[in-house]
Amino acid sequence: MALDSKIPQGPLADKWTNHKNHINLVNPANKRLIDVIIVGTGLAGGSAAATLAELGYNVKAFCFQDSPRRAHSIAAQGGINAAKNYQGDGDSTYRLFYDTVKGGDYRSREANVYRLAEVSANIIDQCVAQGVPFARDYGGLLDNRSFGGVLVSRTFYAKGQTGQQLLLGAYSAMNRQIGRGKIKMYNRHEMLDVVIVDGKARGIITRNLVTGEIERHSAHAVVIGTGGYGNVFFLSTNAMGSNVTAAWKAHKRGAYFANPCYTQIHPTCIPVSGDHQSKLTLMSESLRNDGRIWVPKHKKDVDAIRNKTLKPTQLKEEDRDYYLERRYPAFGNLVPRDVASRAAKERCDAGFGVNATGEAVYLDFASAIQRYGKEQAQIKHLDQNDAALVKKLGQEVVKNKYGNLFQMYEKIVDENPYETPMMIYPAVHYTMGGIWVDYNLQTTVPGLYAIGEANFSDHGANRLGASALMQGLADGYFVLPYTIGDYLSNDIRTGPISTETKEFKEAEQKVKSEIEHLINNNGTKPVDYFHKRLGKIMWNKCGMARNEKELKEAIEDISALRAEFWKDVRVPGTANEFNEELAKAGRVADFLELGELFAKDALVREESAGGHFRDEYQTGEGEAMRRKEFQFVSAWEYKGEPKDAVLHKEELEYKNIEVKERSYK
Amino acid sequence: MNLTLKIWRQKDANDKGKIVDYQISNVSPDMSFLEMLDVLNSEIITKGEEPVAFDHDCREGICGACSLYINGEAHGPDRLVTTCQLHMRKFKDGDTIFIEPFRAKAFPVIKDLVVDRGAFDRIQHAGGFVSVNTSGNTQDANAIPIEKVNADKAFDAATCIGCGACVASCKNSSAMLFVSAKVSQFALLPQGQVEATDRVLNMVNQMDEEGFGNCTNTGACEVECPKGISLENIARMNREFLTASLKG
Repeated sequence: MALDSKIPQGPLADKWTNHKNHINLVNPANKRLIDVIIVGTGLAGGSAAATLAELGYNVKAFCFQDSPRRAHSIAAQGGINAAKNYQGDGDSTYRLFYDTVKGGDYRSREANVYRLAEVSANIIDQCVAQGVPFARDYGGLLDNRSFGGVLVSRTFYAKGQTGQQLLLGAYSAMNRQIGRGKIKMYNRHEMLDVVIVDGKARGIITRNLVTGEIERHSAHAVVIGTGGYGNVFFLSTNAMGSNVTAAWKAHKRGAYFANPCYTQIHPTCIPVSGDHQSKLTLMSESLRNDGRIWVPKHKKDVDAIRNKTLKPTQLKEEDRDYYLERRYPAFGNLVPRDVASRAAKERCDAGFGVNATGEAVYLDFASAIQRYGKEQAQIKHLDQNDAALVKKLGQEVVKNKYGNLFQMYEKIVDENPYETPMMIYPAVHYTMGGIWVDYNLQTTVPGLYAIGEANFSDHGANRLGASALMQGLADGYFVLPYTIGDYLSNDIRTGPISTETKEFKEAEQKVKSEIEHLINNNGTKPVDYFHKRLGKIMWNKCGMARNEKELKEAIEDISALRAEFWKDVRVPGTANEFNEELAKAGRVADFLELGELFAKDALVREESAGGHFRDEYQTGEGEAMRRKEFQFVSAWEYKGEPKDAVLHKEELEYKNIEVKERSYK
Repeated sequence: MNLTLKIWRQKDANDKGKIVDYQISNVSPDMSFLEMLDVLNSEIITKGEEPVAFDHDCREGICGACSLYINGEAHGPDRLVTTCQLHMRKFKDGDTIFIEPFRAKAFPVIKDLVVDRGAFDRIQHAGGFVSVNTSGNTQDANAIPIEKVNADKAFDAATCIGCGACVASCKNSSAMLFVSAKVSQFALLPQGQVEATDRVLNMVNQMDEEGFGNCTNTGACEVECPKGISLENIARMNREFLTASLKG
């Protein structure tokens, strides 16, 4: 099937408005006759569920957590971008669009990104109207901070808990509709298949995670908002339950999977401490507003620090290498994530890592504490030369800005980051790849939509900080509710969709037999054993730098591991009860397929772009080398085994932005 | 470290349940409490037995999924942390640790340490929102300046993660801290004023219907709250409730 991105005609700035003016609408009386299933209740799914219910559709929403409020959007820390230009620093819709396309290393769709920038300001208005308590200044107006890869302050925030506050906003909008009966909420339910009837998505099969019951649910359209697949690496900043299953089942039913190899490795996470580690914790990018990243200049100091004979605070300024400020003077510590991560890896690979494993760099707040302390002393007419006082005042400012992050760090590492620099290292954080969608957010299966991190659409090869929250809410509040109406306008006379058809029976049977296989397998090893091994393969061979030889090995390794999993995994208990091991087994089975497609995609993409870095394609200075002939989206069609997946290309055109070398120097 | 774990095991909601003893060795002080349980479960599965069920997800203290009553305290002995942020360095070699679910009439046990906190959602359905539709036409976000002190207090109240530690810690199983956090968030903001009367009456009514107990101002909830939600919120809710009752 040829890919049609359905981008509207006309000038970039008018596309979305024109499109909205010309697509079909469903009248309010008919909306009552139409059911929509939404899987996932994070920022994208939650906001879509609330908005569609407000419009009058009957929404059924599903999440595997015990409440929609626990979706992993809740953990987003730093902020949300919007082109409000409240700071008067020259921001505009075009600039947000430009920064996002450039940040994505010219691998995203112009029209989608422009629309995202266009609706960004509405998101802030909507959230404030809902009572989301964003940070404010003393004049009572909204405050902003800066994020990586941009030269303006356009990030709105609520301390280090922006994701939490935005999600609770969407959750409250959902609650209002649940109370009115317009959303039927299914907590602790996992989607295990999409049901296709006459070529259209008409329902899903779920497992009730409390009783184990397999259920059929029908609707006129199905929306996947189940987030990213970073947990294919086992260790990531994702929640333990975050998984690819819903997206992967959609893929297996015909939805193309785009750019699986585009993964964001976030530069500032707490380093791994041992084999027992179950997840990694992010330290928000917002910290790079005030924190400076460095390693020692000399190997002898590295050794002394590792032996604990030297404290980092004792090292003189001239013996420190602030390598981001050195390499990228224009953006300094606020270069985009992919650039910062690779630079950390480069220093650590060269032997300058500052912890026992050699995989950590410093993120240091001492200068910020000084700067803020002096400023406060000045404001309060106190002695600016009193070092202790300045430090105390400065620490208070830093605490107000990042207190919860500092507390998190201290609890995990058992060191006080106000007194000694944080140690950080890159970790898997976000996946730009996902289900392929057209401009309407529809997948290659009619009636099946994908929103938020689950789709591939807006971030290209690298996502800028504070853009994930923006995209999730843009899709859910302001894009999907319009575009899905165009499709549903053909369903006003369809009537309720029956679940008593052969398609539902077939899908249910398939789900049941896979579960029975897992339960009766009688293997010897727990699910985590396989998941951890998969994660090691992914991190070592498909991680921050990739090459042909290792990618080929990864494909072989994952395929072999998958065979071993199905032969030797042990799932305790029964299918008809609360059984977390069974749920995990199903998710890891899907990761074992996705992982191979991921490696295959990375192998085919013979260039470096954003989060995808191929050793073979770099400039003399070690920067990513893009290649014009790879200016396309890779969309993979399922054909059985991952090795048989067929590649379709969507060529990317840039008419409103000049494609040039992405430089942050 | 070597530890003795005394863990509540209960097959399902109808089972009576009991404490079962487990020994675990080679526990690293850098492990989180839940990672220690992961290791235990891995050993249990390899032995062919059923692992201990517990709720958890983000493992960074924000989703509110993890619970656990550890040695008689919600989220264990550390302060201002959830169980997933509790590290084994807080325990000593040879310790015996009791691990139980959050107990309350309104939080029935689903299995082992997993409880049903759906009552919290239902209280939110009753009024935990501002009735504003998504339109793209709401007024500009800076059109209503909000005094920083109120914005900050509203934020502090809004950081509640809905874990239920307040209920589990309260001798009356009261949900006052949880409910008052939401009521306070909106009471402190101009956006929340229009529906203030109905909100507090409906939410308190739903709280009572769910079977939560009354507040007797012992303050245990505030001590055990992983997010440091202040008792001040309960006072504010009482004031809101009284005002609303007189109006209503």
